[in-house]
Amino acid sequence: MAEHRRSPEEDTSPPNRRRFLGYLLAAPTLAVGVTWAGAASGVEQAEAAIPSLPQPEDIFDLGDLQNLAALATSGLIAVQVNEDGTASFALHRTEVGQGISTTVAMMIAEELDLPIDKVHITLADARPELLMNQLTGGSNSVRSIYTPVRTASAIARQQLVRTAAAQWQVPEGEVTTKDGVLSHRSGKSASYGSLTKAAASDRTIQVSATLKAPADFRVLGKPQNRIDAHDIVTGRKQFGMDLRVPNAKPCMVRRPPTINGTVRTVRNLAAVKAMPGITDVAVITYGVAVRGDTFGQCIDGLRALDVDWNPGPVAAESDATVLAKIKRAQLPMVVPPLGALSVEAEFTFAFASNAPLEPDNAIADVRSDRAEIWSTLKVPIVAQGKIAAQLGLPQNKVVVHVVPGGGSFGRHLFHDVAAEAAEISQKMGKPVKLSWTRTDDFRQGRTHPMCVSRVRATHLLGNVLTYEQRHTSSETDFGHGLGEMITNFAAELPIAGNLSFAESIFLLSQSVPYNFGVVTQLLNEVPLKFNTGSMRNIYSPNVVTAQELVVDKLAAKLGKDPVAFRREFLKDQRLRAVMEKAVTVGQWGRKLPKGMAQGIGLHAEYRGAVATLVEIDCRPETVNRPIRDGVTGPRVTKATIVVDAGLPLNPRGLDAQMIGGLNDGIALALTSSLHMKDGLPLEGSWDNYFYTRQWNTPPEVQVVVMPATSSTPSGAGELAVAPCFAAVACAYARATGTMPTSFPVNHGTLSFEPYPTQPSTPQSPTDGLATAF
Amino acid sequence: MSQHTFMLNGARVTVEVADDVRLLWVLRDILGVTGPKYGCGLNVCKSCTSHINGKAFNPCSVPVSDIKDSDEITTIEGLPATVGAALHPMQEAWLEEDVSQCGYCQPGQIMAAVALVRMAKTEGRAITDADLDGLRNICRCGTYSRIRTAIKKGAARM
Repeated sequence: MAEHRRSPEEDTSPPNRRRFLGYLLAAPTLAVGVTWAGAASGVEQAEAAIPSLPQPEDIFDLGDLQNLAALATSGLIAVQVNEDGTASFALHRTEVGQGISTTVAMMIAEELDLPIDKVHITLADARPELLMNQLTGGSNSVRSIYTPVRTASAIARQQLVRTAAAQWQVPEGEVTTKDGVLSHRSGKSASYGSLTKAAASDRTIQVSATLKAPADFRVLGKPQNRIDAHDIVTGRKQFGMDLRVPNAKPCMVRRPPTINGTVRTVRNLAAVKAMPGITDVAVITYGVAVRGDTFGQCIDGLRALDVDWNPGPVAAESDATVLAKIKRAQLPMVVPPLGALSVEAEFTFAFASNAPLEPDNAIADVRSDRAEIWSTLKVPIVAQGKIAAQLGLPQNKVVVHVVPGGGSFGRHLFHDVAAEAAEISQKMGKPVKLSWTRTDDFRQGRTHPMCVSRVRATHLLGNVLTYEQRHTSSETDFGHGLGEMITNFAAELPIAGNLSFAESIFLLSQSVPYNFGVVTQLLNEVPLKFNTGSMRNIYSPNVVTAQELVVDKLAAKLGKDPVAFRREFLKDQRLRAVMEKAVTVGQWGRKLPKGMAQGIGLHAEYRGAVATLVEIDCRPETVNRPIRDGVTGPRVTKATIVVDAGLPLNPRGLDAQMIGGLNDGIALALTSSLHMKDGLPLEGSWDNYFYTRQWNTPPEVQVVVMPATSSTPSGAGELAVAPCFAAVACAYARATGTMPTSFPVNHGTLSFEPYPTQPSTPQSPTDGLATAF
Repeated sequence: MSQHTFMLNGARVTVEVADDVRLLWVLRDILGVTGPKYGCGLNVCKSCTSHINGKAFNPCSVPVSDIKDSDEITTIEGLPATVGAALHPMQEAWLEEDVSQCGYCQPGQIMAAVALVRMAKTEGRAITDADLDGLRNICRCGTYSRIRTAIKKGAARM
């Protein structure tokens, strides 16, 4: 029997604070698209009654900018209700571990009154019509999606209610929804799935619905485990290299001994092609690609290649030469040094790697008239456009599938590996599954560039009169498209002057949360052509660590305890609240043995605020504890992180992001860096690049999620890195009695034997059974 | 090329591949068993951790010819069957603690954790903080504290 379709009525009532507009889409089953995203801009005015004028970040931060850029196109995303009673949503953001798919599933479950396990989130292919609204970065996803996704879900629920009411001939107000079932007190009930065809619209029309008030939330605001957790722990979650695309055989690349070097000659290409298991060998832009039956045979093949190389653009650069160039480019301070009334400090931050654990990989199947790509891409539209241009194909002939990533940390803002896979597939005329090797990831992959932060503060009679910070960095590449948004909206920014993209991002993300009189923070960059990119929290980990160390120094100079000093000078009320909570929970001031100390770090960004209180052990018996092929050093023994995330949507996910940010901060402060030598990082494995390991992580970690302080969620994914880095640095300074000025603190000691620069990938060991336990 | 036969997750498998190909690629590229992940191929990151005759090892660093006919290889996919349940207690603990973030390292973390607990039990003792400090598996998302909590919880049920 054909379902009777009730023709819904057009809704033209104006939106109010919780009532939002969307579209019922013409579709065989119920589908709702959203256009109204005005609330997503959520610009809040900063407290203004303060001696320091608001800095640009206070008024209008990077996330606001992204929200603004997202407004015009948010309407094209749709929630669908399926006949099996589930709801589907193709997320236009990339899941890389930050938990965005879980949070979005919670939003849909909340407004649809559907159990969360009946919500299916997939990652949308590149959709050029979304313009810059398909960019995952700046901790902005939840902030920009919160209203549109809930609106679509609420309209879907409302339409199901209307459909049931019409069929049962009862008032809409008497139909209730719970767990995916519609009910009426007469005993009538129907599942969502049974009504989705009847609820579907045969034309696209505008409707509105009222969203739940946060007080009525049953899903949002409650701790929720990840929706992909079961697939992860059973090994079923599929990453790029786990996908089976017909004939897409393993492929790896022999790479140059300097960053972005190029091939001069290959002496034995034919011989390598004849090796067991090898099918193809091709010279590409930055190396020689080898395709074979297994990745192991690709490693054998690329190692056997006999190649002469042209040097890359930074072949003459090492740590010392880059540092010298940065120091020459430092912008001058305005206020002259005032002797005893000045606090001056300069901090150097080494190159750091944003490599995730999953090596960069992509599958490409390039044909003469079309191409298909699979990769973890946070800006898939830019990847699609640029790869199409590279291949000489129209953009709409390049299908780009977004694959969940095994971490990102900024790495997947760029599509280097996808472009390379496309180049190789085109040259070989065959599909390829390209993986960078671990050593490629560290040596040729994107880095967070070396930078120097110089601070001068002046004080008189217990007041801080001026705070100046000059941040100078080797160039950060924002060529992935964030800059495009700024180009598009630069005229609307409340900032005067002709700022570069990097300067704009710097100003939109940085502000000093203290009443320090006249405050200026400026960025300058040295245009060196390293492979750089944003790393989790971009400039803030360095800028905030420098700031918090100087705050501690000012406190010491004025004879005050670090917390008492911050209490006196903080202008940000939310930071004050998280600090007080951290002081209580983390027991600030408790007695510790000599060589151990506490440190506190504060940071507000993405409309959120974090205080971190750590305890560090710098006693020789701890610093020198032996671990095979590992850096031990000082250990953070205890950490307390207090987060105000505005409206916390998933406290459990927030807790996870805080723990992750803590371990990033510990690594950046103490152990993890790249040593640049003659145009190449020396690091080649995780036993060279010392990201935090179990022997470095605090045995005691507590995260406190503050109750809601806002009606909208803040960003969270990057929020904890800066305050945690700062807290560890401040604790280290107090425990050792010496303020560190170079990070990570062990960068001056090379704690490993570097792999040779050629062949570019070391051979896998053969003695693995010897370490079985 | 030669034939290699061994037990994989309870079933006998035979593959035809060169002797020196590391077991990880035999599992992933030839047999399609993708739970063990490639993170370095250097026996460092430990994201491919699996079991050989119940002991944790890293197949990225073992040539397939070193695997004997009688050897039992268990990957994350075969772990539940070792206890005759839908999930191993360690996997359940992982779910309860919501350990995972991106998930890439987690199959290896779980396999390493199970072997660590077995080793401690064989030695007649409980897991210590020093044991946990000695786990080498990288988690670049930094889920370490939840891993520690989950291992203690899983150990209590093993």
